[in-house]
Amino acid sequence: MPNKFPLWKNLMILLIISFGFVYAAPNLFPPDPAIQLSGQSGAMVIDQAVLNKVEKSLDEAGIEHFAGEADGESLLVRLQDIKMQLRAKEVIQAEMGGNYIVALNLAPTTPDWLSSLGGVPMKLGLDLSGGVHFLLEVDLDSALTVRLEGDLQDIKATLREERIRYRSFELKGDKIIGQFRDPEQIEKATALIRTNYRDLQPQYKNGQNPLSLVLKLSDIAANLIEDNAIKQNLTSLRNRVNELGVSEPLVSRQGKNRIVVELPGVQDTAEAKRIIGKTANLEFRLESLTKSGETFKFRTPSGQGPDARVENQAVITGENVTDARASFDENGRPQVNITLDAKGGWQMGHATRDNIGRRLSVLFIEYKTQLEKSIDENGEVVITPVPFVEKHIISLATIQSQLGKQFRITGLDGQRESSELALLLRAGALAAPMYIVEERTIGPSLGADNIQLGVKSVTIGMAMVLLFMLVVYRAFGVAANMALAMNLVLLIAFMSLLGATLTLPGIAGIVLTVGMAVDANVLIFSRIREELAQGASNQGAISAGYDRAFVSILDANITTLIVALILFLIGSGPVQGFAVTLSIGILTSMFTSIVMTRGLVNMVIGGRKIDKLWI
Amino acid sequence: MTALKVYDFMGLRKFALIFSALLLTVSVWSLYSQGLVLGLDFSGGTQIEVGYEEPADVGLLRQQLETAGFEGPVVVHFGAETDVLIRLQGEPDQALSEKVLQVLQSNNDQVELRRVDFVGPQIGEELREDGGLGMLTALAVVMLYVAVRFQLKFSIGAVLALAHDVIITLGIFSLARFEFDLTVLAAVLAVVGYSLNDTIVVSDRIRENFRKIRKATPVEVINESLSQTLWRTINTSVTTMLVLLALFFIGGELIHNFAIALMIGVGIGTYSSIYVAATVMLALNVDREDLLEQVEGELVDDLP
Repeated sequence: MPNKFPLWKNLMILLIISFGFVYAAPNLFPPDPAIQLSGQSGAMVIDQAVLNKVEKSLDEAGIEHFAGEADGESLLVRLQDIKMQLRAKEVIQAEMGGNYIVALNLAPTTPDWLSSLGGVPMKLGLDLSGGVHFLLEVDLDSALTVRLEGDLQDIKATLREERIRYRSFELKGDKIIGQFRDPEQIEKATALIRTNYRDLQPQYKNGQNPLSLVLKLSDIAANLIEDNAIKQNLTSLRNRVNELGVSEPLVSRQGKNRIVVELPGVQDTAEAKRIIGKTANLEFRLESLTKSGETFKFRTPSGQGPDARVENQAVITGENVTDARASFDENGRPQVNITLDAKGGWQMGHATRDNIGRRLSVLFIEYKTQLEKSIDENGEVVITPVPFVEKHIISLATIQSQLGKQFRITGLDGQRESSELALLLRAGALAAPMYIVEERTIGPSLGADNIQLGVKSVTIGMAMVLLFMLVVYRAFGVAANMALAMNLVLLIAFMSLLGATLTLPGIAGIVLTVGMAVDANVLIFSRIREELAQGASNQGAISAGYDRAFVSILDANITTLIVALILFLIGSGPVQGFAVTLSIGILTSMFTSIVMTRGLVNMVIGGRKIDKLWI
Repeated sequence: MTALKVYDFMGLRKFALIFSALLLTVSVWSLYSQGLVLGLDFSGGTQIEVGYEEPADVGLLRQQLETAGFEGPVVVHFGAETDVLIRLQGEPDQALSEKVLQVLQSNNDQVELRRVDFVGPQIGEELREDGGLGMLTALAVVMLYVAVRFQLKFSIGAVLALAHDVIITLGIFSLARFEFDLTVLAAVLAVVGYSLNDTIVVSDRIRENFRKIRKATPVEVINESLSQTLWRTINTSVTTMLVLLALFFIGGELIHNFAIALMIGVGIGTYSSIYVAATVMLALNVDREDLLEQVEGELVDDLP
């Protein structure tokens, strides 16, 4: 008699089923709201003593907590009530002070035996967990311009030192153009630039008057500058994000010139946007004593001061700042203490040594975009983003003594200003300006609603399909239904294990998979009915039904898989989530609806004489 | 058990041809003359969703936002009376959503920020291009697969059926002025997957029957194949429709258009797998001969 699986096949099915249950199980344990505390620098020890202090402050505030643990680098305290999470963060931050980073967290509650098997719950996308997503575009052209401007000033100084006479030297687009009268001078200059500025490629033509020397960055150098600019911006962003206290932030490069920042679970989105979105740099410049220089407005939150003219060259920029802290001076007024790196300290000392009594300005440079409407040749209104730079002076202080690696800025208006200035200084400068090109903020309540709606539609959609299959295919419908349920378990298990992110369209993909996964069984069962109608024996019809339907199922699923793959390649974020669930769903459903239902059918009626098939 | 009833599907293929031509003409006309209502993902701009405790008066809110200096804000209910969606053409100012929220909070209502989306114009354009490209790639790859796995005439039939489904789904979205965003694009590609699934199953049976039934005209073979797969086609469409109904009614506002696109697509896809693919194959004079050469050996095995 046919329709018996060998033992190994049954065992394999059993093994895969238990695998599914084990790795889907971690999703049954909802995470605890928690507070995570770590130090501003890696050298700080966070031990039991710190934990005791934190727990005591929570006790005093009447916030229920449990299972606190400290591992030397950070500590985690779980809370009973998610509504108390923000309050707990405030309480702990107030108690511990600004040297600690306090972050909201969701601590997994996966039992130890599951974690030891590698079981993890599914990752939730931003549309389910709530949070902020930014896509920032780095303006690489301006990184190149900054570099060329620096080179230009240097070259002019060197030529003057070497007494090589030129008529003019200026930056035009991505080229530096120098003009000379004397052929001998231009040759000297070219030789000098060849040896000292290897990144620049000098070119000039003889016989023209005036003679012009064109300098361009080599491709290799330009690529390197661009690459470094992106890397430095990434580092700065990571620092800023860490200051925000987000438990699992994502900051990564996307394509040639874009950076994605994702902050899941952030509740105070306005704060996050203020810090991340602030694409600023700083320059320390001496006040100009001559007529040359640039004039900027003096602006503080409380109002405007008189304009000031400052020198064209910066003493140092935000890149040289290694640390900055807000504190109060002897008179209780807010101040920012700044520490520079060695190079910055040396430059600062050099520049201020002979300039005591002069004023040093801090120039705040913000990169912004503005949408401009224009009409194109077809008469249609086009909206283009136009980047622009806004510079203003935020601090203008008299140099009291020679400044070195450490100094302070006083004369700030309030604690809020001093702490924000300190944060921006500390978080590092940007090598190139960035503009936000996409932003998505999902409030925590919407995320929770989305999960609830998703779970509800999966449940109800599935219930209807189960009922339909039962009515139409009776006993075989039961097998199909068990396979369908198992498909869902396996789908969740694989998604958890592969670390795939579940999004709202992903849930829609699961629902769709539920509807389409039964297709294979419908195909098989229809085939069995046909075979029976043509007079095949019961066992023969089952066997033929499964065999003949297999080719159709395979072809149909492979083509759907191709489509899902393309969707994954072109889609972004949530849509990729849809493609992932759809693909995994197709693969798991092939197993459950072909192999598993066959196993069930074989087990119940295989190898025996059956009078009538309930199909 | 009774013997299978064979329906004369292909007898009606002239009517089907007229029906499809009509739908396609209207769709293409609508897509050409008024296009799609592009959602934020593709058009760029800013939209803000807020939630109120009490039902909100959108007219009043619009007025307030205009008085506060926002240019041409679109304010509509989103799913529920208490949810409001505000769309602005404004600048990508980081404080925009805070400003809007400030204006809304001046009414002393409990208002909660649920969602902010800002998409820059260059991103919108890229997504539009990628979406179109993805659609074309999908069709090309599928055509290639079916051509290799089956035969060129089947492949042309399958791809025309897919194009038929996609154009009509887009056409209905354009006619009904439903918003077309990234999730809808995903749905349309899922329609491609679904419709293909159906077409492949039918084609598979047609191929099998061409090899098995020797004395029959192509029309008879196709009619028999379609009749044999009819119940499977209907049952699968029913289960898929059931879950789509669940998504439509329960899945929430963000999934609404996704569900609509798939329901239209599954409906059209079911029809096209019966009529479009097979009609195209007949028009190309598909015959037993087309399938013989590459599978001579297999055919012999099938004979009694």
